[in-house]
Order: sequence, then C-alpha cells, then structure tokens
Amino acid sequence: MTARLTRPVAILLAALAVVLPLSLLAGQVWITPFAPPVKNAIPILIELRLPRGVLALVLGAGLGATGAAMQGCLRNPLADPGLFGIAPMAALGAVLSFYTGYAVQPLALPVFALIGGGLAMVLLGLIAGRAASVALFTLAGMMLASLAGALTSLAISLSPNPFALSEIVTWLMGALENRGWHEVWIALPPTVLGLVLLHRAGPALDALTLGEAAARSLGVEPARLQWLMVAGTGLVVGSGVAVAGIIGFVGLMVPHLVRPFTDQRPSSLLLPSALAGALLLLVADCLCRIVPLAGGELRLGIALSLAGAPFFLRLLLQMRGRLA
Amino acid sequence: MTLAAHNLTVPGRLSGIDLTLQPGTLTAIVGPNGAGKSTLLAALTGIEPAAAPGRVELDDAVLGTLPPRARARAIGYLPQTGEVAWDLNVETLVRLGRLPHRAGPAADHAAVERALDELGLQTLRTRPLNRLSGGERARALLGRVLAGTPRWVLADEPLASLDLAHQQAMLGCFKALARQGCGVVLVLHDLAHAMNHADRVVVIDHGAIVADGPPAEALDRARIAAVWGLKAQWLGETGQQALAF
Repeated sequence: MTARLTRPVAILLAALAVVLPLSLLAGQVWITPFAPPVKNAIPILIELRLPRGVLALVLGAGLGATGAAMQGCLRNPLADPGLFGIAPMAALGAVLSFYTGYAVQPLALPVFALIGGGLAMVLLGLIAGRAASVALFTLAGMMLASLAGALTSLAISLSPNPFALSEIVTWLMGALENRGWHEVWIALPPTVLGLVLLHRAGPALDALTLGEAAARSLGVEPARLQWLMVAGTGLVVGSGVAVAGIIGFVGLMVPHLVRPFTDQRPSSLLLPSALAGALLLLVADCLCRIVPLAGGELRLGIALSLAGAPFFLRLLLQMRGRLA
Repeated sequence: MTLAAHNLTVPGRLSGIDLTLQPGTLTAIVGPNGAGKSTLLAALTGIEPAAAPGRVELDDAVLGTLPPRARARAIGYLPQTGEVAWDLNVETLVRLGRLPHRAGPAADHAAVERALDELGLQTLRTRPLNRLSGGERARALLGRVLAGTPRWVLADEPLASLDLAHQQAMLGCFKALARQGCGVVLVLHDLAHAMNHADRVVVIDHGAIVADGPPAEALDRARIAAVWGLKAQWLGETGQQALAF
C-alpha cells in the first residue's frame, strides 16, 4: 500500500468518516440524535452496532485489498480471493464444526475455520513447490476449492440432524448479524497481519505487470512472492470466513471500481481497495439491516451476490467487447 | 566488467555454451527458430537456471549467487512479449524499471526523466499504453529497462513487429547505449540488422554456438547455407548490406 494520501484515498477516508457514524443509527430500531431518546440506545450502539460496523470495516478492507492483490498476482481482472481455495477450505472447516457438533463450544467455529484455511495454505505450498509458476499455483488453488466444495456438499448431504443442516446452510450464506466485539478481536489481528504481508508483496506485484520473466529479471523471487500471497490471503480470508461465513464478490468488484482512479499499478490499488471494500461492506450490511424482510435480516452474502452477479456479467461483456 | 557463460547448459535447449561478452559492444545473437537464442538470453539474464557445473558470471561473480535485486540492477532484460497486464501510462511503466533500486525518490525521478528524454517519450509520459502506436510502445518498454540504469541491456527480438523506421530508431538507441559503455545483447532474426549494426555476432544452432566473431565472418555465405539452409549472398557496401537469395 502506498503511503501517499492520494485523492481516492482521501475521498474514501472522508466517506468512511461520514458513513460509519450514520450506519450506527440504522437498524430495526432507528436512533436519531435529534429525536426523543430511544430506550437502551447506548448498549445498542456500543455492544451491537459499533462492533458490527467495525467488523464490516475489517472484513471489507481485507477482502478489497486481497482482491486487488489477487488480480495483480494473476494479472487477471476476473481473479478474486477465493481462487486460491483458502475461503472454501476455511468454510469446510467451519461446516465440519457444525457437522461434528463442536460449533456450540466457544471459539470452536472460528478455530475450525482457521484450521481449514491454514491447511489450504500448507497444501498450496506443498503442491506448488518453491519454483512454481503463477499458473500452476492457481490451478492448485482451484483444485483445493473444488475439493473443499465437494466435501462441504457431502457434509451437508450427510448432515446428522435438521438443526445442523440449517446451521450449515445459514452460516454459509455469510452475515454480520449477531456478531460482536468477540468476533472483531478474532478477525482483526490476522487481517492486519495479512494486509501487512500483502503490502510487502506490492513491489513484486507491480513487477508482475510485465509478465513473469520480466518480473524475475527485476529481482522478484517467485517463492517469496507466493509465500507472501498465500500467507496474506490466507490470514485475511481465513479469519473473515471464520467470523462471518462466505462473503463473495467484494474482492472481485472493489478493485474494478477503484482502478480507474489510480495509476493502475497493483501496489497503488491495495489501499484504495481496502478502503472501498470497507465502505462497500459497511453500506451493504447497513442496507441488510434496514431492508424489511419477513423472518429476519437479508443475509449479507446473498445481498452481495445479488449485486455482484450483474456486475460480473457487465465485466464479462466489456471484456468480450474488447476481445471481439 | 564482463558477462560470461561457462559450459552453460539448459537441458534440452542449450549445451556447453562458452561465451564472454564485453561492455561497450553490441552483440547480436542469431539463429533459426528453436535454436536456443531466447533461452541463452534468459540464462545470461539469470532468470533461466543453468544446469551444474555450468554457470554465468558477472564480473567474476556467479550470477546465481548474487542477490536478485543486485543482479536486476546490473542487467536489464527486455522480453520478447512486451506484455503489460494493466493499462499503465508511459511514465508509470518506465518507473517500474526502478523497482530493484532503493536509491530514493530523487535518484528515481532523475533516472526516469533521463530515460524519457533519451527515448523521446516526454510528450507521451501521461498517455496510456493502449493509446500508443507499436513504435511508441516499443520505446516505452525500452524506457522501462533504461530507467533501471543497467550496465547490461539484453533484449529478445526488440525489433519484431516494428516498421522499418522504428526498427532503425530502436537500433540507434541500442548503438548509442553501447557507445556509452553499456553491454548490449540483442536476439535478432533479421541477419541484415546483425550484419550492419552489431559489433559481434553469435550464431546459435541446435543449442550450441556455431560461429562467434565480427559480422562479416560469422555471417558468411557458407555459414548461412549451413545453418539456415539458404543460398544467399550479401549485396551493397559495408554497413548497408542486404541479403539476396
């Protein structure tokens, strides 16, 4: 991440400074500063909405920056953080915690998910080896994602009881509902560490813009870059899945939204993507809270997929137009 | 101050290459398709690992033992593909050449400005790559290499897909670099370019050096017949020769 306060960074910081306080006011119970005081307003703000808002910022920043790093690493605008298979493996870990019943124990769910994500990181390293190309690395990740998806489906189909089945399916949809400071402290340290690692990968990602051979000629060490990418992505995505389930499309959409406002180097995209990801997730979660829906809140993962699919389609059509 | 290959072998592609390159000269590597020219260039750059006991040495230090960034500061490499994944503008592309350096913003700025000046890119500096002509793009890509201020410039078919005027302009840039003391090594397909512009020609065939010397010797009629299977002769005066078949 560049340390420069560029115009997109300044605008996004200002937007976050405005939107975060406003988001705390929205929900099933509206809290307006100028209206008569709402009963339990302070606990609602401090114990419910603020941690949820902070978690949205943490996860959104992680997903946005990871998406930018993945697109830079793979030199592909269609790449997203799920491509390395870490998110599906983390989800598999979480699903197994429901399947085995351990999910009722404190911390068991995030621990299972983090183990799943960590296992994916180790397997990627072993499969791809020290001198593997980006293409081989990506294929290994796709294989892991496919395997994790199949095992998750198997766990669902063999679910021991309807309650576990419901828990698994609901959790896989991704949400920030009922998350508190506990989840913030689980996700924050690994996300920050992961973002630091991705920041360290920035110059190598810039060099990769010129292709692998030119990047190596510029002093890029493929093994170091792969380590930074796997560890950085794994920490961010694994911890995100551990506390909120699968939240898709943020890592795909956000870099596209901010890229036109940067010089297009992957490293210059990391910080604006982190900020835009945080803003997107904060706004999306806020909308999920206030959209009237019978039976509870709209799940965040569903809402983002509903918004992301048309975006992805538009992207594909644009690419088809350029290639035609 | 030499770049030297000793018994350089890349299994299946190069075998037992011995070659010592001098700074201040423009060396052309020529040969038929699949002869191993690009592999040799990549090995000399240090990005294609050589099989033991072969090695590449830069100023008597084994290239593979140098820190990657130190190697990158000494040797600038221009690959054949000219790939650029994102639509950078010219200045941003040229600035990528400073990645191996940690000399500070002032030195980076000076090197970038010098590269833009040398290649006549100042007026194009804010233009995105997708709005450049082929010749402008080739100059911008070379600018990225020059911004790194390397002592060696190794370019793989840098004239491919350029029209005649841009080929001459690029060759002029490479010759100027050699005059300034830089070691320049070009993989070329056009034998006339090698004959007219190189100080030295290395002919590769089937992964081995079959000729190495001044252009007139390395590219004589017998050699062209043996390596390319063509009956050809050189026409015109020295420095302006053309190959007739």
